[in-house]
Order: sequence, then C-alpha cells, then structure tokens
Amino acid sequence: MNIKKLATVTFASAILAFGSGLANANELVDIKKIHFLIPGGPGGGWDGTARGTGEALLKSGKITNASYQNMSGGGGGKAIAYMIETAEKQTDTLMVNSTPIVVRSLTGVFPQSFRDLKPVAGTIADYGAFVVRANSKYTKWQQIIADFKTNPRKVKFSGGSARGSLDHLVAAMAIKAGEADAKRLVYIAYDAGGKAMAGLLSGETAILSTGVGEALAMAKSGEVRILAITAPERLAAIENVPTLTEMGYDVVFANWRGFFAAPSMSDAKVKAYAKLLGAVQETAHWNEIKERNGWVNLYNPDTKFYQFLEKQEQTIGTLMRELGFLR
Amino acid sequence: MSEGLLLGLQTALSMQNILFVIFGCFVGTFIGMLPGLGPITAIALMIPITYGIDPSSGMILMAGVYYGAIFGGSTSSILINAPGVAGTVATSFDGYPMALQGQAGKALALAAYSSFCGGTIAAIFLLIAAPALAKVSLSFQSPDYFALLLLGLTAIAAFSSKGSFLKSIMMTLFGLMLSTVGTDQASGVERFTFGKIDLLDGISFLLIAMSMFALSEALMSIIRKKKDDDAMKQPTPDVGSLKLTTSEIKEVAPTIARSSVLGFFVGVLPGAGATIASFLAYGMERNLASAKDKLKFGKGSIRGLAAPETANNAACSGSFVPLLTLGIPGSGTTAVMLGALMAYGIQPGPRLLIDNPEVFWSVIVSMYVGNVVLLVINLPLIPYIARALTLPKQLLTVLILFFSLIGVYLVSFNTFDIVMMAGFAVVAIGLRLLNFSMSPLILGFILGGMLEQNLRRSLTLFDGSISFMWERPITLTILVLTALVLLMPLLSALKKTDKQSPEKEVAEL
Repeated sequence: MNIKKLATVTFASAILAFGSGLANANELVDIKKIHFLIPGGPGGGWDGTARGTGEALLKSGKITNASYQNMSGGGGGKAIAYMIETAEKQTDTLMVNSTPIVVRSLTGVFPQSFRDLKPVAGTIADYGAFVVRANSKYTKWQQIIADFKTNPRKVKFSGGSARGSLDHLVAAMAIKAGEADAKRLVYIAYDAGGKAMAGLLSGETAILSTGVGEALAMAKSGEVRILAITAPERLAAIENVPTLTEMGYDVVFANWRGFFAAPSMSDAKVKAYAKLLGAVQETAHWNEIKERNGWVNLYNPDTKFYQFLEKQEQTIGTLMRELGFLR
Repeated sequence: MSEGLLLGLQTALSMQNILFVIFGCFVGTFIGMLPGLGPITAIALMIPITYGIDPSSGMILMAGVYYGAIFGGSTSSILINAPGVAGTVATSFDGYPMALQGQAGKALALAAYSSFCGGTIAAIFLLIAAPALAKVSLSFQSPDYFALLLLGLTAIAAFSSKGSFLKSIMMTLFGLMLSTVGTDQASGVERFTFGKIDLLDGISFLLIAMSMFALSEALMSIIRKKKDDDAMKQPTPDVGSLKLTTSEIKEVAPTIARSSVLGFFVGVLPGAGATIASFLAYGMERNLASAKDKLKFGKGSIRGLAAPETANNAACSGSFVPLLTLGIPGSGTTAVMLGALMAYGIQPGPRLLIDNPEVFWSVIVSMYVGNVVLLVINLPLIPYIARALTLPKQLLTVLILFFSLIGVYLVSFNTFDIVMMAGFAVVAIGLRLLNFSMSPLILGFILGGMLEQNLRRSLTLFDGSISFMWERPITLTILVLTALVLLMPLLSALKKTDKQSPEKEVAEL
C-alpha cells in the first residue's frame, strides 16, 4: 500500500468514525456498491440471480457500483469457506445461495451452515411441480398416490438432479404427505433438467419432479400437464393447477434464492442490505428482469429469513432422516 | 415452406444482420481458439449484447458466435493438441499428427471445408425435416443411449495398432475410472473425493484435456529438446499451404457425406450431441477403411480428420431440432441459447413456427450464411494462424502453458484445479514416456460418465434386470452393431491367415 492510498484510507476512516459519533446506525450505512460472490460458474442459476439483481439495483440507481466474482467448487462450499476465512475483507460482499445450502450442510458436504454466515434476505423462489405427459393416464395427483400405494415400483419419479437432491426430496415429501411409504420411492436421476424433460416426453419416465419455472413453458405449449405444485396458494401464471395443500396434502415447499453476508458484518449493515434488496423489488427494472427470468418474488428480510431457514432445515432434516440419507 | 424461407432470407440477409453474422463468426473464432473457452462461454458473453437488439438478430449473432467458436476450437486441437471442447477431441486424433508432419495449413483448411460441408448439409436436413424429426429425437431412451455410447467407445480400436492393444485398454479403463470421481447421480453418494469439496463435482473435462493433452505435450517438447533441435535444422515445410490434391478431395468426399448424415442424426438426439457424433463418425470411418488405410488413423489420416470435423458441425445444426421444435436443449450451448430466447419472451417448442416464424426461419437461414461467412473469413487467415507453429519452441511452449492454465482457471476460478492440472500433467508425462497414448484415456473419460448414468438409469427403469438389452429393438440393433465392430477384425484376421498361409508356403518353396 503506498502512502497516498494509506492517507486516503486513514482520512476515510476518520470521517467514518466522526460520522458514527453523530448519526445513528441506520443513516450511517449508505450502500453504494455491492460485490456479488457467486458459488457457481457463469451461466448457472446462482449466476443469473446475482447478475440480474445487480442489474436491477444499478438500473434503478439504488447502487452505483456492482462487481461479480464466480467461485465454483464443492457444491458452493468453496465460496462459503472463502466468505468466512476472509470475512474482515468482505465488507461489501453478498454471496448468492439457495435451498441446497440447507441440504448440503445437513448431509455434511461442507462443514458450515447458514448459521456461520449472516443471512441477509431471501428474494425469489421457485415452487416444486409434478409434471406428466399431455397424453398421460394421470389427470389428478390423487391417482398417483393411489397407484403408488398399490405398487410403488410402477410409479417412478424422475428429476434433473442427483438422488437425494431437491427434486427427489420434494417428491418424497409429497408421497409422505399422502400417507404412503416414501422410502419405497424410486427416483430416476438425470444430469440436467432438459434431459429429464426429454425423458418424460419420450415415455421413458411417467412423472417428473421439477420446478414450476422449468415446467411452465412446456405446460403452456400443451406438451405436458402440471398435476400439482408445492406453493402455499395457486400461482397466477397457472391458475388451473391445484396446490398440494388444497388437495389436503400438507406440503408447502419453496426453493428460495437469497443473499448472505460475511459473519463479521454489523447487524445495522445487514438490515440496510436487506432493505435495499426489498426496495429494489418495487422498481420497474426489477419487474422487467423478473419477467425475463421467470422469477417469483419471495421477500424474507434478515430475522425472518433466519427463521425461514431454520424451519426449512428442520423439515428437510426430518425427511432425510426418514429416507435414510441422514443418520 | 418456401414462404417461410423467403421470410428468413429477408430477415437474415438485411445489411445489419449480415454484419452481425460476420461479427459473430469473427469473435467466435477468436474466443474458440483460446483453449478453455468454448461455445458456451462465447455465447454467454454475447447475451448482454443481444438484449439490445431484436430476437432474430440476436439469434443470428449467437448462431454466428456458435459456429465460429466450434471452428476456433478445432484450430487449437489441430495446432497445439489442446481441445477446449469435448466435440473437438476426435479432431486432434489425426489433426495434430498432421500438424506435426508440417501439414498444419492443410489440416486447418480441411477442417474448414469439412465444417462447412457438415454444417451446410445438416442445415438442409433441418430445413426439410425439422418438424418431422421432433419425433425421432424423442425415440431414444436411456438403454439406447447406453448402447450408442458403447458403440462410441469402440473407437479406441484406432489406437490399438502395433501391439499396443493392452495399453489402450488400460488407458480407457483409467479414463472410465477418472469419470467416476464426484457425486454419483444415481445414489447421491460421494465417490473418490477423499473428503475434498473440490472433487465433489467431479473432474472437469477441460481440466483433463488441458493437462493430459496440451500441458503434457508442451512439457514433453522440453524433455525431447535434443531431438527437436535436430528436426529444426531440417528445412521447414510450408506449413501455411492450404492445397489439397484432387485425389485427396476424392478420398474425403464420401467421408464428409457419410459423416454429415451420421452427425446430424446423432445431434438430433437430446442425450447425445456433437461429442458422441464425432467419436462415432471417427469409429465408422476407420471401420470402413481398407486394412492399409486403417493403419493411418491416429497418425495423420485426412479421413480421420474430416470425419469428426464434419460430424460435430452437422450435430450442432442437428441439436437445433429438439431446441426449436420441442424446446428441449440437448447440450450446454443450446441450453444457453434457450435461456436467451426465453429472455426475449419467445418459447421454442411446437408453437414457435406458428407464433414466431421469423425467428425459426432466420435461425435456419443464418446457418447457411454463418457457414459461408466462416469459410470466407477463415480461409485467408489460416496461413497466418498455422504460422503460430513456426514460433520458436521457447515461446510457443510458454504460450501453451499460459493459455491452458488460464483457460481452466477462468472457468472454475478455483486454484485447486491448477494443482490438479500439474499432478495430471506429471502423470501424463510418465505414461507418455512409457509409450501410452492419451487418446483412449480422454475417450473413456468423456464417454464414461454418460455411459454409467444411462446404464444405471436403464437398470432402475427395468427394476434391476438387464433385459433392456434385448427388449428394445433400437438397443438390440446398436448392440449387435457394436459386437460386429468388435468381432470384425478377429474374423478378418482369421480369414487372412487362411489365405496367407498357402501363399507363404508357395513363396518359401
């Protein structure tokens, strides 16, 4: 660090120290820049969420500077470890993450959990959807449960991710809510959502467990039908699709996406970030980007987000223990 | 259809859109040439630009970048043995030996012609039969893919000449083993990760290709320094020469025709794509070759170069069938394109031809335009690109090291990958010194993951029974074909000994 830079920093911190003496915490934290840490590679879901959110914040003038850093590895574990190890330096950093952070810390993929970070806010969500071919014999979710009860081997679920990941867990949750033995669920794993969809259309599999976002377009063009969703109430885009809850199955599950800060960030600053992420959802720029990506708003700021995560961890943990994924 | 074609021509041939194609091909070629940056990266980089322009122009720009990047990828495969995309691995099998023999210019030109022919022929198929082919693309299921991949694996036969059969089998198995590292899809269990989170997602293709091919090749050139110095004293042949003789053109023409058809149909299948197409075409060409020509494969055969180059381009055009007609992306690249289309509010699928015919047709027309533009801008550039090989070894080696390391790091941003690359490069050098070929390893590695997943899926679908191997006609047909390919050399060898033995006796008498 050269002398000029040192002087600037000293000067800046002097002003800050002076400022904090006068103003209260909320006014002090005026966020102008965000550095987004993305635990996956360019082009993925996390990447899109971070860059889309950054774009909306910039375009609406809420911040003046956004930067992005991709750090893949270990299903997101690399980035979490980095946030914690270099916490002191991560004063403007928000890490994007989603439901798998809960699943992967339960299974011990990485030793940390959301508790080792400061959860800032959940911003968007996708709900689970159960999809069949347009010409499938199934027209109601109840028929699937009934068939499963007679012979689970004949009712195989498929999904675009590995066994034990979300698509599988959501299917198990729904089966369990139908008072059937979720342990006997046969799940066929594909390595990408598109391939799982092709498998469904080719007749290889009968039922696909996926996100509403991924099934929406295909359902609209009439190639597939969505039989049930895991949202708390019906979604505007697919008015005619019932929720599991209204059919009497007590399952609500949101695959959220949200942001986390380094553990050393002050509560006041976390609150300010949470507020910012909420405020941007009111803007036209956000709506435009939301439409473009097919997002659904699910805004959960700081403490509410923490409670939400705790509850989700409990639900998933119980289920995974029952299915034998956890001991 | 002619009306639609006219609409497409009108859209694609506007001044602005032609400029977009030229720009796209140019940028794509350069990005693709850098080892490590493939079509996915190139297209992802273009997405912010496409937001500002209308959908047809956006798709045309991206199609240009796509073809450019694929062609650029072949360039690095041929010149420095650094295939940045799985689809160009087979190109390096014969392309790199050609470059080593001082025929870099010819190899690049042949790659350009093959790409052009493959792309154009496939675009014609697409034009005629896209809606009808939607059904074909859904006729393949996991057992069929399993059989197809097994057939692709027989391409290793090309590296088992002159008594190294056992060595190629060993390397293939090594490749298959490496592909099992990471989380197992079918059970969700971690395998061979040694508790390291960096290995959880498996080892990336790029890392293996760059360290085992490019890095080890560059480092070997240092070890072999003395020999090379001798070679350098010889007059350097004209590496920039693009000339193909008439007999050579006659030799590759049927290859290109066959590979285009094969490539296109494999590309149409959402679970297959350019990589499998290139291996299948390579294997097919070798099996069709005469006993004498067979020996040339893997050592600089022009047919061995033309076949995968044609097939991977044809497959790229073919992969637009499931994307445009069903809305299913068959590859990473088409998945990025699907994302871009949806950002415009356009949903590819059966309704695309009705709702947005201009997009559908302009994409198809832009395929022709893109292929022509690619040929026109690249042919004059080839002599200059090929001259990269005449750079002094001291400089070229450093450049290859730099680009292959950077290429891998830029994708993952994980320093552990660099350490792994160094480790693999050392292993590869050891194996090379013992005369093991790296090609079967990479083949096993690429196909291994898909092979296992499709097998596991088939087993789950058939409740653990292997009856899927004969219950599905497609599977059975491909498996029988695979068995034939494997047994043919044995049978012909038997025949030969029958024929030759009396002759020998005569000669001895």
